[in-house]
Formats: sequence, C-alpha cells, structure tokens
Amino acid sequence: MLVNILEIVVSVLMLVLAFFAINSKSLIKSVMFLSSLSMLAVVGFVLMKAPDVAVTEAVIGSGLVTTLFVFTLLSARKVGN
Amino acid sequence: MKNFLAFVAVLVLGFLIITSLNNNEAFPNYGEADISERVSQAYIDRSATENPGDITFGETTDLESGPANIVTAIVADYRSFDTLGEVTVLFISSLGVALLLGGVNRKRIDLDFHPNFMLRVGSRALFGIILMTGVYVAIHGHLTPGGGFPGGAMIASSMLLLYLADDEFRVKIKGFKMLESVAGSLYVLIGLTGLLLISGGFFLENFLDNGVIGNLFSAGIVPIVYVLIGLKVGSEISGIIDNFLTEEAV
Repeated sequence: MLVNILEIVVSVLMLVLAFFAINSKSLIKSVMFLSSLSMLAVVGFVLMKAPDVAVTEAVIGSGLVTTLFVFTLLSARKVGN
Repeated sequence: MKNFLAFVAVLVLGFLIITSLNNNEAFPNYGEADISERVSQAYIDRSATENPGDITFGETTDLESGPANIVTAIVADYRSFDTLGEVTVLFISSLGVALLLGGVNRKRIDLDFHPNFMLRVGSRALFGIILMTGVYVAIHGHLTPGGGFPGGAMIASSMLLLYLADDEFRVKIKGFKMLESVAGSLYVLIGLTGLLLISGGFFLENFLDNGVIGNLFSAGIVPIVYVLIGLKVGSEISGIIDNFLTEEAV
C-alpha cells in the first residue's frame, strides 16, 4: 500500500518536473529540472524492482547528460558574447 | 491558442495509448502477467537446454548459464551476440563524433567559467571514489546489479569530473583509443575461441567452467567479457567527452 502511494507521488512529481523543464524561461533551469526528473526516474525504477536500469539511468541520465548540457550552455554563452 | 491545441493533442494521444493498452491480451495489468509460459521463465530457471531443478545460491554448480544476476545472464550469456551489436553501435557513434570533431592540433575550449579552489579539491577527492565504484560495478557485473555498460559510464564520468576540476586538463586520448580497440578485438576473439575450440560450438559460446553460482570467480567467460565491455565503453565515452570539450587551436 505504502509502495503504491510512493509510486503515484513519484509519477505525478515526474510529470510536474517534465512540464517545468519544457516551460521554464532560462535554459540552465530546464537542464536542472531534467536532471531531477532523471533522479526521480531512478526512484521509480528501484520501486519497480529493476536495479540494473536504475544504475544505468543514474549514471547516464542525471550524470553524464546533465554535465554535457551544462558545458554546451557555457560554450554557447561564450559564442553569444 | 497554440498551448490549448498542444494540450488537446496530448490528451487525445494519451487516451489512444491508454485505450489500446487496456483490455489488450498482450499487455496484462501490472504484476498480473503469467510468465510461466514465456521464454523468460526458462532464462530465470536456467532451463533453456536442460532442467537443473532447484538452484541454491552459493552451492549449485555447472548451470547452463553461471551468472547469479539474471540480467547479466541474458545480456552477456544467452544474448551475447546482441550485446556485440550494441557495442558496435556505440563504437560507430564515437567514430562519427571523432570524424566530425577530432583532429591533431586541439586545445580545451576557453569558457567563461573557471573552477575555484573548493571545486578543484572536491572533484579530485570524488574522482577516486567514482572510478573505484565504476571498476567495482564492472567486475561484479555477474553478481550484483550493474555491469559493463553502467561501470564504463561511471569510469567516463570520473574522467568528466577531472575535466571539470581543471580547465587545462586533457586525457591521454591515444592510450584510450588503444585500450578501446584492444578490448573490442578481444571480445570478438573470445567469441571466435568458443566457435573454434569446441567441436560443434557456436559464436560466443561459454567455453570455461561455470563454477559455483554466486562466487566471484564463476560464470566462465561472462565476467571477462563484461570487464572488456566496461573498459571499451569507458574509453569510448571519455573520447567523446574529450572531443566535445576541445576545439581546434588557432
């Protein structure tokens, strides 16, 4: 029962974060929302008993991709200036 | 108006997906699927070719597939040929990035962002921990969740941390290229050994002893292959990161 409520909370939070990631005005905030969406997806995968997918999502989704996005934004800002 | 149309389109698409998945024989409700009739049950019981009976962790010997982690048993043993294709896809993507962005005379992109003292010290302290976690996950891929792909990605993210800590730092890209090609060739060579060594063998057959399930030294060639995949993925993603964060020197 507790796990069910947790699953629903996690999925609703993921939807909200996805909405913020699309609609926020500054790009760096979008990247941060996308990163926290990946973090919540990790929680969802653990709840659904898929630890292998959770490990991969934690490393790639919220680690590598976020850092690459941030570096891309930094170099785009440099070209803009 | 545009937002409203987008909202209606999302609602219609969601309705279509939910109605086609509901009351569909191919998609039973969550947790109610009867998997005893499916091929995945044979992979879980390790009974695709023979019936081993009950499997006890740390005691049962010489199963048809040795890894204690079911996902690894499928990825690196039953379906190892697919994994070879996956590794090839990653290799082709890193080759494309290197063709587009790579070059001889390159230096780090000069960003407006310079690491301060705390970031420098903290990143270097975390670097070792993340690298060791990646190596651990890759080596224990046949026992615990994880394996070659996440382990290699962890090794690459520890390299990314070093890039973050120092705006002059670059990895020894030649060594990584060498490591990647050696690991990829060894994977194919191990597969060919299984084909040639045993009479009537097939590509990527497990030609070593499977041992006791749950031991570190068990499952034959599976840990060897997974460590090779970890090294290959780690060096490939490190090469892609280096290509993204450098530019041609003027």
